[in-house]
Amino acid sequence: MPGFWTPMTLAPFRRLALTLLIALACLSSPPGARADAVDDALALFTTDKFNDTATGIQALATSGHDNALTILRAMTDGRLFYDPAGKTVFYRDAQSALFDAKTGAAAAAEPAGLKAVRLNNRLRTALEAARGGLALMDPDPDRRRTAAEAVFRSRDANALPTLTTAIGEEKDTRVRTEMERARAAILLTSSGVAEEERLAAVDTISGRATAESAALLRSLPADTPQGVQEAAEAAVTIIEGKLAFLAAFQNVLYGVSLGSVLLLAAVGLAITFGQMGVINMAHGEMVMIGAYTTFMVQDIIRNAAPYLFDYSLFIAVPAAFIVAGAVGIAIERSVIRFLYGRPLETLLATWGISLILQQAVRSIFGPTNREVGTPSWMSGSLDFMGLSLTYNRIAIIVFALMVFVALLLVLKKTALGLQVRAVTQNRRMAAAMGIRTDWIDAMTFGLGSGVAGMAGVALSQIDNVSPNLGQGYIIDSFMVVVFGGVGNLWGTLVGALTLGVANKFLEPYAGAVLGKILLLVAIILFIQKRPRGLFALKGRAVEA
Amino acid sequence: MILRNIDRTGWIFLVCVVALGVLVPVLNLAVPAGSFFHIPDYLVPLIGKYLCFALLAISIDLIWGYAGILSLGHGAFFALGGYAMGMYLMRQIGPRGVYADPVLPDFMVFLNWKELPWFWQGFDMFWYAAIWVLLAPGLLAFVFGWFAFRSRVTGVYLSIITQAMTFALMLAFFRNDMGFGGNNGFTDFKDILGFNIQAGETRAVLFFLSAMSLAGGYLLCRWIVTSKLGKVLVAVRDAESRTRFIGYRVENYKLFVFTLSAMIAGIAGALYVPQVGIINPSEFTPANSIESVIWVAVGGRGTLVGAAIGALTVNAGKTWFTGVLPDMWLFALGGLFVLVTLFLPKGILGTINSGWEKTRRKFRSDGSVPSGVPDAAE
Repeated sequence: MPGFWTPMTLAPFRRLALTLLIALACLSSPPGARADAVDDALALFTTDKFNDTATGIQALATSGHDNALTILRAMTDGRLFYDPAGKTVFYRDAQSALFDAKTGAAAAAEPAGLKAVRLNNRLRTALEAARGGLALMDPDPDRRRTAAEAVFRSRDANALPTLTTAIGEEKDTRVRTEMERARAAILLTSSGVAEEERLAAVDTISGRATAESAALLRSLPADTPQGVQEAAEAAVTIIEGKLAFLAAFQNVLYGVSLGSVLLLAAVGLAITFGQMGVINMAHGEMVMIGAYTTFMVQDIIRNAAPYLFDYSLFIAVPAAFIVAGAVGIAIERSVIRFLYGRPLETLLATWGISLILQQAVRSIFGPTNREVGTPSWMSGSLDFMGLSLTYNRIAIIVFALMVFVALLLVLKKTALGLQVRAVTQNRRMAAAMGIRTDWIDAMTFGLGSGVAGMAGVALSQIDNVSPNLGQGYIIDSFMVVVFGGVGNLWGTLVGALTLGVANKFLEPYAGAVLGKILLLVAIILFIQKRPRGLFALKGRAVEA
Repeated sequence: MILRNIDRTGWIFLVCVVALGVLVPVLNLAVPAGSFFHIPDYLVPLIGKYLCFALLAISIDLIWGYAGILSLGHGAFFALGGYAMGMYLMRQIGPRGVYADPVLPDFMVFLNWKELPWFWQGFDMFWYAAIWVLLAPGLLAFVFGWFAFRSRVTGVYLSIITQAMTFALMLAFFRNDMGFGGNNGFTDFKDILGFNIQAGETRAVLFFLSAMSLAGGYLLCRWIVTSKLGKVLVAVRDAESRTRFIGYRVENYKLFVFTLSAMIAGIAGALYVPQVGIINPSEFTPANSIESVIWVAVGGRGTLVGAAIGALTVNAGKTWFTGVLPDMWLFALGGLFVLVTLFLPKGILGTINSGWEKTRRKFRSDGSVPSGVPDAAE
């Protein structure tokens, strides 16, 4: 129905027509009226003229006939036929069985001389719009919304009547907003629309700050009135500002997510390296052991008690702490305690230990990746202002902060923490006060290793569990601890988050690999400037 | 003048290296294949590779054993030297590559590059590539050391940032956009200075040159550590602040020896590449650098000769292990790290030397200790 749409000045008319149309679409009880409309539409398909077919498509789409979508789909696929003699329309299904188009019943006998309804590109576009228009009437709100979004993207003026009808009918506000945006998009880009209408459309579209809106407002037709163009430009500026903010916010969010991973990997090192001064190159392997413990726990649960699977990580966290902690204590007692005060030798010996642990895990579990499942409550993602953050990332952020706080509390509020700090600050004095310093050394190292093991549980959710898992984190961990300042847990937190966020801000400009390289270079330069890190311990440690 | 400062161990070492450098090629080429004394073809580049590693170990020992700088990134200098040589060898392939481009190496044609990047210009000339073998590692070490030593980054902090340096370089060289062949690196070399790189004679010459470079590297390092400069370095190693308070510019000494060491490592890398026939970014992995540190520790830190011995024995052991018990190699290497640091802090040569001193002191009633370079302090 070309020309159905009229400017605002004719609003009363429009409403009347609209009401009629809605009535037409909603009418379900009197079959006669509807049948006539469908009959008229179908009859247009039998004339073998493109113009008639186009009108027929429009008519069919607005008829609200139950079979309309099936017919239109058949037409798109070239499965719609007509009988030139009887002037009836048929369609075939995928198995090429013949059905009567109007009733949808199987055709009794195949009439001779069936001809396909011919299509050209214009008709295909019209079909597309008509089908989209039909979807706008779909009972499922999600499908209506998708259809509205499709119209927004296609900006097909043919869809306008249906769209207007749909808006009038729509109850769901979210779907209606979407439809109004789609209508605004059509109004804005089609000629012959009053300026006020268009200005209103600009307003509607700029209501949501997306790249799509900006692109639409930027690509207005050349004949758009001056005022509308200016309004659109202003709207684009606002949208771009919002988009830039959103992108920055996304970077921060993803950066915090990455930072929490770094924090988890580094916080154990902040204990062993930061508090004790032990260069533990096997730290990454403690993380790996934690990840493999998760795998073992899940394996046992799968075989013994599958209903517990959703809680497997809650079991794996303490298990990983104990396993990695025990391995750490064993390493401390057997190797590291002989090397205190010789940091370079400690570095080499722990590197050797890391090689042994990697090869041991490779011999036991094989060199390939092991599958660690994700509990159902951690799958899926949260949509927030157009950003999506998976639940396992959120869980890791929360978990990292929990581990951090727990570690702070242990160090500040417990007897063990007090003794650890005492031994760190003045070993001989602490010994004189009756603290068993070698026992504290073992416990501290065990604590740091256990925390690394817990990190392994979290990392098993986002990384491949393989014997090389730890290798990927060791350099990052050291960077975080050194950057944050040795011997300072808060420094580790700030360091991890800073590096994570900086990494995400660099990535769009430099790419993932180059961003990482730049960051490494930046840290190397930073250490030159402040060799003791962001939060240096003040004291007389000239030669640590 | 240089030769005057060589002790007995040094002389034995030099004689052995020169003899090796002459004998292996001769036994490979002149002795018929059936003979008991014949050295099979595959052994020549293999031992040649060990000799390059030995030179790398000596360069590490120069800074770790005498100046107390533990670099965990020396593999980067080695690899940079190797890449400079590799660039020359790539240009020598010329139109014989798969894509038969007269100028562009295969990987550039593959990446659809149209012309040679500026930093590849001139690498078709050997002398230019040879300069870069020294210049690339030297410049990096100079810039890195300039920043690090002036701001007094020492000890483990320096070790960690050298490790970060080689890690960053590894990531960089893995990128195709860098123009160094991405993760495939350079391989499929044809000629060096017009000689077929696969030919037995070329390999023999390369082997001889490796042996001579090892001997030369040893002589140079030995000369440095026995000079007055060497004494200052040992002082820096043992008491850096005190040396500074006396009035020495500690950072200048460290910078000099660090840069020199990087250049020696670069030469080792340049000799390594034509013998193994490939260079790729995995040479930059931090694990490689740490492994070369353990050669020095095994052989004996602060002895130079010990470093070379350590490199030769550990690598021979590696070849043997990975052939016979491939799964056990990492256990063995890891165990070596732990056991040497715990029980053999002076390394093989250091332990032998101190045992030798003890027995000698028993026979000498006056108990005087022969002069020489003091043992490495912990």
